[in-house]
Amino acid sequence: MKNTIKFMIGLLAIGLVSCEPEFENAVTDEGFYDAGDADFSNYVSLGNSLTAGYADGALYRSGQEDSYPNIMAEQFGFVGGGDFTQPLTSDNLGGLLLGGQQILGNRLVLSADENGNPFPAPLAGTPTTDVTTSATGPFNNMGVPGAKSYHLKTPGYGSVAGVANGTANPWFARFATSESTTVLADAVSLNPTFFSLWIGNNDILGYATSGGSGVDRTGGSEDLSEYGSNDITNPVVFTSIYSEQVDALVAGGAKGVLLNIPDVTSIPYFTTVPPRSIPLDAATAGAVNAQFALYNGALGQLVAGGFISPEEAAIRAINFVEGVNYPIMTDVDLTDVTAILIGAGLDSETAALLGQLRQVKSDDLVVLTASSVLGTVPDPSNPLGIVGVSIPLTNQFVLTSTEQDRVATAGAAYNATIEGLAAANGLGYGDMKSALAEVAANGAAYNGGLLTSTYVTGGAFSLDGVHPSPRGYAFTANTIIDVINTTYNASIPKVDIGTYGTVTLHNN
Amino acid sequence: MKKVLLLTVLFLATAVTYAGGYRVSLQGNKALAMGHTGVAVINSSELVFFNPAGLVYLENKLSVSVGAHGVLADVSYQNSATGETAMTEAGVGTPFYAYVSYQANDWLAFGLGIYTPYGSTVAYEDDWAGSHLVNNIALQAIFVQPSVSIKLSDKFSVGGGPIYATGGVNFNKNLNRTLVDLDGNRSEVTLEQTGISNWGWTASAMLKASENLTVGANYRSEIVLSAEDGDATFENIPNSPLTPFSDTTFSADLPLPAELTMGLSYKHNDFLFAFDYNMTYWSAYESLAVVFGNDTPDSVLLRNYRDASTYRFGLQYEASESFTLRGGYYFDESPVQSGYFAPETPRNDSNGYTAGLTFKVGDRLEIDASFLYLQFDEVDASYDYFVEGSGGPAGLINQYSSFGGTYKSSVFVPGLGITYKL
Repeated sequence: MKNTIKFMIGLLAIGLVSCEPEFENAVTDEGFYDAGDADFSNYVSLGNSLTAGYADGALYRSGQEDSYPNIMAEQFGFVGGGDFTQPLTSDNLGGLLLGGQQILGNRLVLSADENGNPFPAPLAGTPTTDVTTSATGPFNNMGVPGAKSYHLKTPGYGSVAGVANGTANPWFARFATSESTTVLADAVSLNPTFFSLWIGNNDILGYATSGGSGVDRTGGSEDLSEYGSNDITNPVVFTSIYSEQVDALVAGGAKGVLLNIPDVTSIPYFTTVPPRSIPLDAATAGAVNAQFALYNGALGQLVAGGFISPEEAAIRAINFVEGVNYPIMTDVDLTDVTAILIGAGLDSETAALLGQLRQVKSDDLVVLTASSVLGTVPDPSNPLGIVGVSIPLTNQFVLTSTEQDRVATAGAAYNATIEGLAAANGLGYGDMKSALAEVAANGAAYNGGLLTSTYVTGGAFSLDGVHPSPRGYAFTANTIIDVINTTYNASIPKVDIGTYGTVTLHNN
Repeated sequence: MKKVLLLTVLFLATAVTYAGGYRVSLQGNKALAMGHTGVAVINSSELVFFNPAGLVYLENKLSVSVGAHGVLADVSYQNSATGETAMTEAGVGTPFYAYVSYQANDWLAFGLGIYTPYGSTVAYEDDWAGSHLVNNIALQAIFVQPSVSIKLSDKFSVGGGPIYATGGVNFNKNLNRTLVDLDGNRSEVTLEQTGISNWGWTASAMLKASENLTVGANYRSEIVLSAEDGDATFENIPNSPLTPFSDTTFSADLPLPAELTMGLSYKHNDFLFAFDYNMTYWSAYESLAVVFGNDTPDSVLLRNYRDASTYRFGLQYEASESFTLRGGYYFDESPVQSGYFAPETPRNDSNGYTAGLTFKVGDRLEIDASFLYLQFDEVDASYDYFVEGSGGPAGLINQYSSFGGTYKSSVFVPGLGITYKL
């Protein structure tokens, strides 16, 4: 009997150790989720800073881990997805070195002053990521911050030597497989079974964030050698380049998803500083108006002389009132009357000041960085020289409605190309423009809150006001997974975006 | 030696303790083998816990029962919307008991019991999907209960005594779902205090209604374990005045709820049938409110438990001179209400199946063995009242978030004890 008891206890022990609670249908079971008609075993993502996981004005390690391709790749793991490699930076500071010399600054963090007022500040510390010593690719995530559509096919874009003289991209130089290779060539060499392509944002974004300080090439030059970094890429060029990229990616039979270009003007970089920002009392407004009385009077004479139209004169008229006012600005799309004013006897400095002067209008967008100059007195010896009141905001701080139209026109043309190529190749088409517009207009509800585009508090954007936060990237990943599930009859699970962070709190 | 090895294997297995909530109904191997009935069963000094009024009916001058259980419990979690999974990590709970009864004279008996009716050990992988609710928790409470039993007539007795409870808690959770330090480490807090004590009492009655029928009732009072000046340790906190968390003290109340038991037993030849009904007054557990000693905002985790019933059935068969066989079943109702299913007490309704035996070694010594299998259905449940709390700019806080998915528990409890009668 003793032996029987021993035997029973032993049997129990064996049974118990192996007795873990199991689900009838476990999410880890083969077939619980379905890859549908796609093969996710080798996913490659192509794109720019958004694809790289850039945030807070820098590319840093934890941001890369929360890139939308990395989030998607983790979810692809439920439907046969393989390893997803990324060109991870060496630290969470984000600054970049070239041969030991720092060439790019660290990321922004949300600091607070002694009264608890938050403000974005660069994170202190010496970065360790060096362009010259980083591991070589190719990596599954081929997102390169700063890349425009044509850069993906530009030989030498990853040349370390080219970084110093400005012909190459430092982030691609970190992991390009050779001095002469292209982003696209390195990506294709991985033989992807599935890809995502999100390129073209920078073809309009540079123009927009610089307040239109570039050339709109729409309908103009197709010669890339003439292009400056803030130019709008000619949509004809975009179509040609983009279709070559898609052809190269699908040549091996890969399936994928093409993502369109969001409306850049719905991001916090353009929506945080209001067009009307200069508070004045009645006396000051009167005094300022008196200063501009001559200018306003001259406008009538300019119309009479046939130099400007009556409509332009109306746009240019300056009027300050008691309350919050529109700042003055230089609008390069106005007729430049500097020479005429000099001819009329004005000194050249004043004439230049007034040459393309007007007040900001309600449909203009003042960029985030203008908040650090508006209302300031740049020359302490001249207390009357106030930016926005007596010194115009320079072109780079305002994206005028005319400039917005140029951005929108080009963006719409790019998107028509992207949508057409997605349809022609049977690829998924991610309407990121509509998704972002919805977040900006109404917000996106999630478990525990509402994701909006409001700077800092809305949760969708990082501190640079342009790039998403981890939560914004998680929302992006979910949006794309929806498209993939629909296009390829798949059932890839999405993530709970409430579990992804927003801005990093830190005092140096 | 072999036996020691086998036991080692047993105890190496795993963790999580329980019956509904953090009640651990494992207060005797004889009783557990019969579905943990006993309020009307006159069997051994296990009566100190089940019904001290019955002590006076024990036949021996001195009766001692000592034993322990190995709780092998696991909880699996998954969320089919996100694909997240988790499983509690291996560990072991070992509730124990020791009872002694002494027959002073024909109408008076004394007893002393030391037992562990409440406790919990749950450990998930750190930073798992529900880590903002719990990473791991260890809760122990030991009750010490002197008792007196008085026979008022041949058929009716009363009993009871004071209870001294002492316990401790160690609870670690992340502060919320997203707060991290500069390097991405999740911000967390550990609450720890040992040696928390308080007093309670128990009172009971037993009626021998006929030769074969016995009826009993037992009430044990609520005991609130109040932690005061416990240690609250914060880790991985961002260096920012916007996240004012620093190590401090904390206070919190954890109620060990009152329990009322009524039941009967009926003897027929070599068979004894027993039925117990438990009502546990879980509605005392409204929230786990942690008040910190400095400016750290208080943390309130709503619980809103409801009173819960347990229905227990047991059968005993005296097979031979040396063997007594037992079996039982109980239905254990969960005190957790819909929307309040928190992973540190992940319990839905369960069915307990029990078996056991007593082997007589000579006239005085008995070896008691029991086994419990607690069966749970898969349950889709969620905790809907987590407040993100401080740790972000205004606008990101003070919204409830929900944490849910599918849970499946499994509990196996082998137990071994001895009874010595003089």
